[in-house]
Amino acid sequence: MNAPARRIIALRDVFKIYGSGDTEVRALNGVNLDIDEGDFVAVMGSSGSGKSTCMNMLGCLDTPTHGAYRFYDVEVGDLSHDERALLRRHYIGFVFQSFNLLARTSAVENVELPLIYKGVPRKQRRDLALDALDRVGLADRFDHTPAQLSGGQQQRVAIARAIVTAPAFLVADEPTGNLDSARSVEIMRLLQGLNADGITIIMVTHEPDIAAFARRVLIFRDGLITQDGTPREVLS
Amino acid sequence: MTFWDTFLMALRAIARNTIRSVLTALGIVIGVASVIAMVHLGQAATLNVTQQIAAMGSNLLIVSPGVRRFGGGGPRVSAKPFELADAQAIARDVPDILVAPATTSRATAVFGNANYTTTITGTTNNFLEIRDWHLQSGRLFEDRETASGAAVCILGKTLVDNVYFQQDPLGTQLRLGASSCQVIGVLASKGSSMGNDQDDVVLMPLKAVQRRLAGNQDISTLYVSALVDGTTADTQAAIEALLRERRRIRDGAEDDFNVRDMQEIAQTLEATTGTLTALLGAIAAVSLLVGGIGIMNIMLVSVTERTREIGIRLAIGALAKDVLIQFLVEAIVIASLGGLLGVTFGVLGTWGLTAFMKLPFVLDVQMLLIAFGFAAGIGVIFGYVPARKAARLNPIDSLRHE
Ligand SMILES: Nc1ncnc2c1ncn2[C@@H]1O[C@H](COP(=O)(O)OP(=O)(O)O)[C@@H](O)[C@H]1O
Ligand SMILES: [Mg+2]
Repeated sequence: MNAPARRIIALRDVFKIYGSGDTEVRALNGVNLDIDEGDFVAVMGSSGSGKSTCMNMLGCLDTPTHGAYRFYDVEVGDLSHDERALLRRHYIGFVFQSFNLLARTSAVENVELPLIYKGVPRKQRRDLALDALDRVGLADRFDHTPAQLSGGQQQRVAIARAIVTAPAFLVADEPTGNLDSARSVEIMRLLQGLNADGITIIMVTHEPDIAAFARRVLIFRDGLITQDGTPREVLS
Repeated sequence: MTFWDTFLMALRAIARNTIRSVLTALGIVIGVASVIAMVHLGQAATLNVTQQIAAMGSNLLIVSPGVRRFGGGGPRVSAKPFELADAQAIARDVPDILVAPATTSRATAVFGNANYTTTITGTTNNFLEIRDWHLQSGRLFEDRETASGAAVCILGKTLVDNVYFQQDPLGTQLRLGASSCQVIGVLASKGSSMGNDQDDVVLMPLKAVQRRLAGNQDISTLYVSALVDGTTADTQAAIEALLRERRRIRDGAEDDFNVRDMQEIAQTLEATTGTLTALLGAIAAVSLLVGGIGIMNIMLVSVTERTREIGIRLAIGALAKDVLIQFLVEAIVIASLGGLLGVTFGVLGTWGLTAFMKLPFVLDVQMLLIAFGFAAGIGVIFGYVPARKAARLNPIDSLRHE
């Protein structure tokens, strides 16, 4: 028998409201969501349904207008900017649709960046970064700059950068959005492997066959989660 | 995040955009270089003046007829010249001095086919000692030649060059206007001082010039040297008292002669060049300030351009403080590199200009360090505003920035 997984995320009646009056936009309109350690969640939904807003919230880049967001035992809404930055530094990895690597900077230096802020000593930093590149299958391209890498390779460097700090939680907003289907499948296999190694993952996608790689699928609509279940339940 | 990491990160960011970094630093380079060149030129000019005045002889007093006007140069009220007896009285009554009476006359020196118009100074051997002039060859005047006003002369190097074309003039007969003299000595070269060719001289016994060239008994200048250091003021007072008595100037009336203390003149000139140096330095410092504004300007543009990079850094765990320090260090490194280049160009410029202006080349290392420190400080001051702007960016908006 496995020990019960710890709860990593709990959203309770979370609202994110932009503007006010006539121009008010409810990007999140009372979201409730629980995610346990080891889960792999795919988020789907039409454009403008609040997926990115929710990812930014879960990644502690943003705070709710109303409602409670607990990350492990911490109420994120109560934290200062710097405290949230420290939470991101130690527990959260980000992968973006547009890769967001530093230009004219080698792959290994990009991957080292979070370790610099974490204060890992130079020598250890290089070793950890090369290990992370090895996990995404790009150890031999460590000295290539983003311009010298294909889109799929850039996204793998970005994933290496996200996992190099051994985060508990990986947030990926449309990580395969800029990739063809073969490259997308590679990325999903990679994420599955990372999930198997214990990283909790939440990712956004528009493709049902990409979402099928996850253990759990959510559907967003107008700032609310309208469906939540296994891929087979939700995608059928 | 260690300081070293921050520093390397700054260097990498600068190297990633070399041309922009150079343009950013350009104002600082020019500012520092001009401050250094201006201040050093000022110092070189001051040193030059001091050296040249020291070369005129130490403890030197120059006594001339006429009223001294402030600011030097101005028109002098004509007053009666001195007599030989005045020089003799000073030599007798004022202790611990050397005195040399002198009178000048212009004439054309002719030897063979060559001629050269010059000033002939009639004086005594004391003159050479007071002015610290030395013979290169030949001999000084003999006492009987001085007493009788014999037609003998000692030549400066300019005469040897222009009339004798480097031949040995000793023993030859040099025609001076209507009269002539036998060359008995040649002076060691003194070079030029404040645009004056100090080698353009012909010395003859006082009486020879008075009788043969000037046609009168006048003495135009008395050169006095105090033999004991620190007694020039006393010597000056004693000479003034003596001359007032001899020239029968009533109590309360103004002197009709003046005594110039070369050290005093040196101090005045030093103060003047010092003021000029400060002024030039201040003007150059303004360009340094403009350079600082240039840094702020381009760093602000750079922050906007790198908004996305800042968003990435914030997303992966940089604190606002880390971003602030990163941009601040970048500004400081750019300003310091600019300072370093500025110091290099400033030193080279000083070297070139002093060589061109025939001034002594001196380097004030403290000044170089101050200029460099100032450049770095400008990086801190003008880098702060852009760095704060970067640190205040919101990560979500920055990540969405195109
Ligand atoms: N910073 C913002 N200011 C105003 N409205 C915003 C902002 N960010 C998102 N929105 C709005 O919130 C809604 C949800 O956006 P988003 O979460 O990006 O949707 P998705 O990622 O599902 O396409 C949209 O209507 C969008 O226009
Ligand atoms: Mg989105």
